[in-house]
Amino acid sequence: MSAYNFGYLDEHTKRMVRRAILKAVAIPGYQVPFGSREMPLSYGWGTGGVQVTASIIGPDDVLKVIDQGADDTTNAVSIRRFFARTTGVRTTTRTREATIIQTRHRIPETPLRAGQIAVFQVPIPEPLRWLEPREAETRAMHALEEYGIMHVRLYEDIALHGRVATAYDYPVRANGRYIMRPSPIPKFDNPKLDRNPALLLFGAGREKRIYAVPPWTKVESLDFEDHPFAVERWDQPCALCGSRESFLDEVIVDDKGGRMFICSDTDYCRERREPAP
Amino acid sequence: MIDRPLLSVRGLTKRYGDRLGCLDVGFDLWPGEVLGIVGESGSGKTTVLRCLAGGIEATAGWAEFVERDGTVVDVLRLPEAARRRLARTDWAMVQQNPRDGLRMNVTAGANIGEPLMAVGARHYGHIRAAALQWLTQVEIPCDRIDDLPTAFSGGMQQRLQIARCLVTRPRLVFMDEPTGGLDVSVQARLLDLLRGLANELRLSALVVTHDLAVARLLAHRLLVMRGGEIVEAGLTDRVLDDPQHPYTQLLVSSVLQP
Repeated sequence: MSAYNFGYLDEHTKRMVRRAILKAVAIPGYQVPFGSREMPLSYGWGTGGVQVTASIIGPDDVLKVIDQGADDTTNAVSIRRFFARTTGVRTTTRTREATIIQTRHRIPETPLRAGQIAVFQVPIPEPLRWLEPREAETRAMHALEEYGIMHVRLYEDIALHGRVATAYDYPVRANGRYIMRPSPIPKFDNPKLDRNPALLLFGAGREKRIYAVPPWTKVESLDFEDHPFAVERWDQPCALCGSRESFLDEVIVDDKGGRMFICSDTDYCRERREPAP
Repeated sequence: MIDRPLLSVRGLTKRYGDRLGCLDVGFDLWPGEVLGIVGESGSGKTTVLRCLAGGIEATAGWAEFVERDGTVVDVLRLPEAARRRLARTDWAMVQQNPRDGLRMNVTAGANIGEPLMAVGARHYGHIRAAALQWLTQVEIPCDRIDDLPTAFSGGMQQRLQIARCLVTRPRLVFMDEPTGGLDVSVQARLLDLLRGLANELRLSALVVTHDLAVARLLAHRLLVMRGGEIVEAGLTDRVLDDPQHPYTQLLVSSVLQP
């Protein structure tokens, strides 16, 4: 522990990241460039999220890390251990107890409350990237609010599949201004972004961008008037806890075609199965 | 009703360092008029077009454009945001190479719908209907609406680009060699279509071409450029049948007769 500075990063780096976070909070959805550092994990495993968490974490914080909703997957376990070793803070798997929740691909089912911070790991922060490859051009498009092209993507979905088939990383508009990629969360979680009491921070390490949604900010998912935004539903409840409200994963249980649907949020599922205290 | 030109250009000059792009170019484009600019390669035609339609910055001169609401703006000194707004609403640009004017990785329908979505259309059904109507207008079969432009022939791509340009009902269309790179029979069909649309929609257009036949068919009036300057201007038939300037005489007489 004493071999590392608190939270692994040096203080100058943390200050630089915090400045980027402050700017990001001031302009919801705007991608702030920052000097991303090499981290002791590979790109694509959450280098952006780790740097954001390392810059905001304090000795009194309680950290929860999830990957696809689960607390016990490789990525989540590694990052949780990394912070336990480099900061000594208390870690938890319980959403209610955590003050900082670093997440990949999900927002917890248990509603976040004011004072909590969710840190998202973002692979590609630019929502216009696949439609317009030129970085200079996408910046001009953001600056001038030229967002017609975002609907081209939705149009293509409806024309080719009969409905908006984009199921994750569904584009949103933050505070009526910037179009933003909510990281690869399923569109099921998009409504949770809207007017969330918690602070939502997004870090992209490889692309060197940080953006944010401050508490209680309006976040709308893009749609057409005659094809309104809708989230997916399952025709069966969770096989373990019986929830009909949560996002379900399909799990193959044998090699004879057996399968079950269970909550992707393991903490939520566990809490529902435990007897009330 | 028509009491002033849609676009007035005076003293337009562009220097590339020591080299001259165009010098003291001036003309008026009236509503409903198709104005052609002809001249050999390197005569400054495209420079003039790109100074006006954006892309390069003019060295001197002014160009006044009358917007829909009657306000007059100098397009050479417009801020970027206003210029791009004009390009979305009142203007359209038909590129020589359809690959420059189309999005090759989205379907034909999305290509036509994009300008509509850029100005705020948010109803899928209406966008789809407009796309189908414009495909018919440019003689592309409606069942090709969900095909990628890469699956189209060169002539179809160019017609698709024209549909994409006209769907927002622009008041001024810039065309840079609209039939360049197409074989002769496809050219004839495209010219026929363009002429029909120009008449039907009363398009105002600025057409740059080195092909005098294209100019003859499309343009009402012609400007002849050489070495960056306008050497002759007049009604198309007058300029081509009775050229006054020695250079125009040379240009007209050097057209190959099959």
